[in-house]
Amino acid sequence: MIHISELHASVGEKEILKGISLEIAAGEIHAIMGPNGSGKSTLAQVLAGHPGYEVTAGTVTYNGQDLLAMDPEERAQAGVFLAFQYPVEIPGVSNAYFLRSAYNEIRKARGEAEADPLEFLDIVSERLKLVDLDEAMLNRSVNAGFSGGEKKRNEILQLAVLDPRFAILDETDSGLDIDALRIVADGVNRLRRKDNAFLVVTHYQRLLNYIVPDRVHVLVDGRIARSGGKELALELEERGYDWVTAEPVAGV
Amino acid sequence: MSSEIELLVNKDYQYGFSTDIEADALPPGLNEGVVRAISERKREPEWMLEWRLKAFRRWQQMTEPHWSNVNYPAIDYQAISYYSAPRTAKPLGSLDELDPKIRDTYDRLGIPLHEQKLLAGVAVDAVFDSVSVGTTYKEELRKHGVIFCSFGEAVQEHPELVRRYLGSVVPYSDNFFAALNSAVFSDGSFVYVPKGVRCPMELSTYFRINAADTGQFERTLIVADEGAYVSYLEGCTAPKRSTNQLHAAVVELVALDRATVKYSTVQNWYAGDEEGRGGIFNFVTKRGKAFAGSKISWTQVETGSAITWKYPSVILQGDHATGEFYSVAVVNNHQQADTGTKMIHVGRNTKSTIVSKGISAGRGNNSYRGQVKVLPKAANARNYTQCDSMLIGNRCGAHTFPYVEVQNNTAIVEHEASTSKIGEDQIFYCKARGLSGEQAVSMIVSGFCREVFKELPMEFALEAQQLLGITLEGSVG
Ligand SMILES: Nc1ncnc2c1ncn2[C@@H]1O[C@H](COP(=O)(O)OP(=O)(O)OP(=O)(O)O)[C@@H](O)[C@H]1O
Ligand SMILES: [Mg+2]
Repeated sequence: MIHISELHASVGEKEILKGISLEIAAGEIHAIMGPNGSGKSTLAQVLAGHPGYEVTAGTVTYNGQDLLAMDPEERAQAGVFLAFQYPVEIPGVSNAYFLRSAYNEIRKARGEAEADPLEFLDIVSERLKLVDLDEAMLNRSVNAGFSGGEKKRNEILQLAVLDPRFAILDETDSGLDIDALRIVADGVNRLRRKDNAFLVVTHYQRLLNYIVPDRVHVLVDGRIARSGGKELALELEERGYDWVTAEPVAGV
Repeated sequence: MSSEIELLVNKDYQYGFSTDIEADALPPGLNEGVVRAISERKREPEWMLEWRLKAFRRWQQMTEPHWSNVNYPAIDYQAISYYSAPRTAKPLGSLDELDPKIRDTYDRLGIPLHEQKLLAGVAVDAVFDSVSVGTTYKEELRKHGVIFCSFGEAVQEHPELVRRYLGSVVPYSDNFFAALNSAVFSDGSFVYVPKGVRCPMELSTYFRINAADTGQFERTLIVADEGAYVSYLEGCTAPKRSTNQLHAAVVELVALDRATVKYSTVQNWYAGDEEGRGGIFNFVTKRGKAFAGSKISWTQVETGSAITWKYPSVILQGDHATGEFYSVAVVNNHQQADTGTKMIHVGRNTKSTIVSKGISAGRGNNSYRGQVKVLPKAANARNYTQCDSMLIGNRCGAHTFPYVEVQNNTAIVEHEASTSKIGEDQIFYCKARGLSGEQAVSMIVSGFCREVFKELPMEFALEAQQLLGITLEGSVG
């Protein structure tokens, strides 16, 4: 699905990602953990194509394509999705209109027919149930005045509607209450298939009780300091991050 | 701001073509003889000529106002031609007699003048340079007693109405540009809706400046008699020319007791090129007088013109009158807009609402100038003003000049203002969902303008939204 090799990225003069290599196969879920400021969101944004980060070295291959050569919208149309750590507000634009426009752009890119507002309403109502959100949400402006938790759930609604091949969830669990956390995790589990993959950024082992990862990676200072199975998350929970940096870097 | 966004705002002005047509034009210059010549060409009655001459003499004593926040080279009023009419323009028996070249012009502008082809439910008066070239659905409207015709025709056929209301809201002495207009106005639209009649369709006028070095001075007068309702839309375009052209219009609205007048404008005069060459200087006086229990609502989407100077206002004369002003003003490249409104509360329990959305891109400069005045007798007057600015890029400007004058202490006046910037993060968020940069900008801007767009008649809301996309394309820098 996605193959990241020796990826370096910086903002201005400052190097943030210092050689990341990672491979995720279709059907897999990988988790990324790591201290604040270690570069998790940067990795997520670079994969989605944020113009504020400069990739200085390395390659990313996505289903055989050179991902880094694609514009952000092309990536999205090709099935890459980023659930933002800080979802952006767009006042005055209804959630329904925004979602339908995005949905139709992706359909168009795939050579499929666009959905009219009524057809789309059917699709979206079914998806709303998956994330246990109220239909009233659709008539509100995109994220404007949403609570922190509502914003995160809205990201999951978008995920559910756009049905990506490769989804990155950047701390989607932060700011969610226990019930919402379970709903989000259930949503992801239901969307999980043999032909898609997830990269889940989180600070909490708790989430990984619900979304069970195939691999866990620990990002420290722009590098993957350690990788392991789902037990690694438990170990981190107990021992913190210090021991990871102290011990020699493990292979990925 | 990313260079990509910069590409989004500079799409070609698609209405910039000109029509090669023989015209009956007066040579450049302005004096009493010119005023008389215009009146004579229009075969006007004596009272009309007298009014023009009074206006002209007044104008000669006035000086051009310079208090607005716009800069432009001095206008040489002697270098402008004050009258240009397509030579074939004689009273038309029917629209089918219209010069095919002119009809073709309106077709290219997307305004078909064949009645059967028209948007259902919209009657159109088309003004080409100085004269009205045709009004559609006239007969249909007559059945309801609604008069919708060119101003010139109204002077001939309904002199009693014109005499009664002309200048009753904007006197010829009102300001420099209004005085100039009163002296030399050549045509425009006239509407009268009788007592208790709800005008059965949207009325609209499309103004087109074609001739070079010609000023356009049209005058619109709309009278809604007691309990009547009318919704009116004005659209404007002009060819691309490298020199500036002057447009100084006057619009007067009269809403008698319990009447409603809704006036919408989609102004898309040529704005000049990226370097700021050419474009229309748009100095317009628009005002309505609202009598007891009536309502006047202005909605404007201003995307064109090199300079816009315009303050659609409402005099809330009668008790319980309502005034509204909803505005979107977009400036890009070197455009300058100084626009806003005046709400003058005279009667008791009068209410006004102002929603202004200014969008500045490129090196554009946008100013909101609004006045809310509550006179001593206007007990319980209420005003709510919301004034939002959006900046696209770092070289543009947004300015707000609110003036509030309250002479009755039972009044409640509220003002809210905000300034925001289209952020790279908003655009990236849209792109990360598969939308193009262009779609992103136009979506963000439409969202910002939503409160105003929802006031536009349905048929035109879409047009306005598209226009906005075009105006902003390639604009961020
Ligand atoms: N646009 C930027 N400009 C300057 N510095 C940046 C920018 N983006 C990220 N950084 C810096 O890069 C480092 C990594 O940031 P990043 O957001 O990727 O961390 P993170 O691992 O996601 O942290 P958290 O767990 O707090 O979300 C931080 O030191 C941050 O300040
Ligand atoms: Mg982060």
